[in-house]
Amino acid sequence: MGSQGGWGQSKEFLDLVKSIGEARSKAEEDRIILREIETLKRRIAEPDVPRRKMKEYLIRLVYVEMLGHDASFGYIHAVKMTHDDSLLLKRTGYLAVTLFLNEDHDLIILIVNTIQKDLRSDNYLVVCAALTAVCKLINEETIPAVLPQVVELLGHSKEAVRKKAVLALHRFYQRAPNSVSHLISNFRKRLCDNDPGVMGATLCPLFDLIKEDINSYKDLVVSFVSILKQVAERRLPKTYDYHQMPAPFIQIKLLKILALLGSGDKQASGHMYTVLGDIFRKVEPSSNIGNAVLYECICCVSSIYPSPKLLETAVDATSRFLKSDSHNLKYMGIDALGRLIKINPDIAEEHQLAVIDCLEDPDDTLKRKTFELLYKMTKSSNVEVIVDRMIDYMISINDNHYKTEIASRCVELAEQFAPSNQWFIQVFEHAGDLVNVRVAHNLMRLIAEGFGEDDEGADSQLRSSAVDSYLRILGEPKLPSVFLQVICWVLGEYGTADGKYSASYIIGKLCDVAEAHSTDDTVKCQSLIDELSASHSTDLQQRAYELQALLGLDSQAVESVMPLDASCEDIEIDKNLSFLDNFVIQSIEKGARPYIPENERSGMFNIGNFRSQYQHEASSHSLRFEAYELPKPSPPPTVAQVAFPLPTTDLVQVPEQTYPRETNQTSNLPSATDASSADFGVKLRLEGVQRKWGRPTYSSPSASSSSSTQKTANGATHLDGGGTASSQTRDSFHDSRRQQAEVSAEKQKLAASLFGASTAKSEKRQPSTHKTPKGISTSTEKPAVKGAISSSEPPKEKTLPSSPPPDLLDLGEPTPASIPSMDPFKHLEGLLGPTSAPSAIDHSSAAGPKAPDLMALYTDASPAGVSSSSLNPALADIYTVNKNSHETANVAAMKKGPNFQDSLQKDATARQVGVTPTGNNPNLFRDLLG
Amino acid sequence: MVIRELSGLILTRGPKLCNFVEWKGYKVVYRRYASLYFCMGIDADDNELEILEIIHHFVEILDRYFGSVCELDLIFNFHKAYYILDEILIAGELQESSKKTVARLIAAQDSLVETAQEQANSISNMIAQATK
Repeated sequence: MGSQGGWGQSKEFLDLVKSIGEARSKAEEDRIILREIETLKRRIAEPDVPRRKMKEYLIRLVYVEMLGHDASFGYIHAVKMTHDDSLLLKRTGYLAVTLFLNEDHDLIILIVNTIQKDLRSDNYLVVCAALTAVCKLINEETIPAVLPQVVELLGHSKEAVRKKAVLALHRFYQRAPNSVSHLISNFRKRLCDNDPGVMGATLCPLFDLIKEDINSYKDLVVSFVSILKQVAERRLPKTYDYHQMPAPFIQIKLLKILALLGSGDKQASGHMYTVLGDIFRKVEPSSNIGNAVLYECICCVSSIYPSPKLLETAVDATSRFLKSDSHNLKYMGIDALGRLIKINPDIAEEHQLAVIDCLEDPDDTLKRKTFELLYKMTKSSNVEVIVDRMIDYMISINDNHYKTEIASRCVELAEQFAPSNQWFIQVFEHAGDLVNVRVAHNLMRLIAEGFGEDDEGADSQLRSSAVDSYLRILGEPKLPSVFLQVICWVLGEYGTADGKYSASYIIGKLCDVAEAHSTDDTVKCQSLIDELSASHSTDLQQRAYELQALLGLDSQAVESVMPLDASCEDIEIDKNLSFLDNFVIQSIEKGARPYIPENERSGMFNIGNFRSQYQHEASSHSLRFEAYELPKPSPPPTVAQVAFPLPTTDLVQVPEQTYPRETNQTSNLPSATDASSADFGVKLRLEGVQRKWGRPTYSSPSASSSSSTQKTANGATHLDGGGTASSQTRDSFHDSRRQQAEVSAEKQKLAASLFGASTAKSEKRQPSTHKTPKGISTSTEKPAVKGAISSSEPPKEKTLPSSPPPDLLDLGEPTPASIPSMDPFKHLEGLLGPTSAPSAIDHSSAAGPKAPDLMALYTDASPAGVSSSSLNPALADIYTVNKNSHETANVAAMKKGPNFQDSLQKDATARQVGVTPTGNNPNLFRDLLG
Repeated sequence: MVIRELSGLILTRGPKLCNFVEWKGYKVVYRRYASLYFCMGIDADDNELEILEIIHHFVEILDRYFGSVCELDLIFNFHKAYYILDEILIAGELQESSKKTVARLIAAQDSLVETAQEQANSISNMIAQATK
């Protein structure tokens, strides 16, 4: 076997793997595999293939299939191999079969027999192999064939077999709950198994069973608690320890079960308090697995009947998560917070800044989780801010799945809290095709009915803002059809209601729409044309509805328009209209008159061919449009009037100034749906500011006690580094410092709006100087930063921070132009990145005793800067491997030091066989430690 | 297809971001070892940190089995990695959290395999000699 490189495979196979590894393109890989398939087909078909050879062929088939090619020609051979007597071959057969076949494959029936036989085998390893196959292959139909045997194996003398039998039964339960419902007592029995592995495995099915029916298992609470207690007290064999934690996986499972059992049950929860408290105390929060247990404890505490003391502990643990630098822990912290606020909503307030940091984190996963949290803590007081945020985010992503989700959440919140409604419209605008039709109807009803309790003024304001935004949206090329219907309806109904727009303008818009989407509306329009013998044929059904209403009011020809009525019904507006007659009349009175001039203008059309009509009219309208749009950018009223090519103004009872005023607004706030609410405008800008600053991780309050010193170190660092950098960079660095302070003030503001009263006092403060955030208790590290900086900077630069724009809102205006927008650490990175590695070394050695802190900062912001330093052992965060720094082999951090020699040897072997390792260093552990 | 989309998603994530990805309503936990990524799709109510540790548990066992495991070990012995995985995870549940137990089981299987091999070899040798 030595000649085969120690891997036990033939040269041929090694060559195959090697060539795949060296393939430069997918096409090349495919070619190699296709050739391999041909070879295998030929070889397998040969008579009397030696069994060992066949085993290798099977493994090669698995390889082929792994790379995404079809190896079905060999399936039958895999099945045959399971019949083999030799365990080696049998296992290979089973492995190949489980990988090849899904549970509904026809060949499975051929294996059932073998499995049955193997389950009876004397050799427990054969039984194990068969049980593994059972877990993967047995489907609902074949469960009865093996069930009795599996149950029997629960009493097997080997714990490995018992364990697998338990899990096989669990699998059966997952596939077909009824098939094992009579066996539940067996699970209970296995819970008392001598072997902790079996006991641990039994927790899996029990968890599922308890989830289904909590009450039947209340009697087990005491047992679970005592098991958990024993585990926590290290009564299990040492081999179950994982990173110095006693059997953490079993603990987690138990905690999950207890969370279920204790939910809403005071008595059961009472049993758990002591052990939970113990675990909280014992858990080692420095290790990942410790945090996993901790998190599960928090979940459990938040699920069971609340105990104030435990809650407090849980809150502490959560805040530790949130303050952590690790994104994983932040994620878990956000999740935990979401659970805890269900019990006590006030908890969130302490962590508002951390939450906002997470919200603005560039990490999408974290952001989504935070939105989930916000969704959970939405109240009537903060719903607008939250949904604004959600909408902004929704617009920015293009993952349809998540878009749908977030849209439906927005809508749900809208229905729950019914706030300003503006964003209801907005949600629809951006996710129109994703939300369901019902929402569209709700929206229309909302616009039509208004708030109910509110006065008419608010209603019409809503309507006019809806009209504004829809007119704007209408210009976009692609609109979801449901949304289009809503738009048309709204425009038809309220387009002219508040007098801002002339009816002809609205009609023109609608005509455009009709032209662009003239698929199904044409028929409806035709009847209209016939009816009116006029050529405003391009109206949509909504417009038609107005006409119909007009006719209805005139009590003429009502019958003839009945089909139109029907056409309107499909968007369910009839009901609404009955109580909106006023508006209808109004709009028609305004709207009806412009028809005639329009028709006259385009009088060349006849009813005859209205395809061409469309086109003509469309062209004339679009002409008119251009003229219309002109005044928008420069809004002096006179210009606007000049630019008006049509004498519409006299037809519409519109005060002349309103039009320019309106355009003015729209040009100012092009992205705002709501042009009328100043409040909203403010918020919008605020958001712009925040987005501008991008990643705000630096301001996450990391362990508040140490953060100030850390930052001080950073200040010093900067001075060191700044020596080489130009003063310009330094200025911009400083500038961004100042802006950071501003941002934090922004955050305060956002926090205040999100979390309500507790920080209300800070809201009013204008961040005119860098000292501003001092007023807020939760961000005391900010002033500390400032202090550190300004004390260590030359006086010349000191002046810089004291001259920020006095008003927050001013910051919203200078958008991309003045984007230094990076946080100071990024600047640091900028300083260090381009400079060569040696300078970085000098740098860190110059920093002397502060080095560890410094390194921590570097890792925070600039992985690039770290590359050359081997100073910091804490750096070795095992799974976030930094490729840049993998030359620093850091063995100390490993629990179990890998054998360096060993890996070198292995590497050498690999090369001997002629395999070039893919990476610089093929050793996983060595690499990951770097 | 799944792999392609997911790897596109995961590989673009920076080293400091969290090791969880939401993808089409699923959650995926990944962990990177040098140039290798281990990914696990999980339920919504699973404990992500625990999953990370399960991955690490698997890697530690691989390491113990192969004696400081490297990528090449896995490339050439993917079937053995599968065997080991079968001893750790079954039907989506952690089957055995004791490294020693897993190692013992796998060693038992391997030794049995080897004795079987030796027997086979010696038998075939005998046959070969007999037929000579």
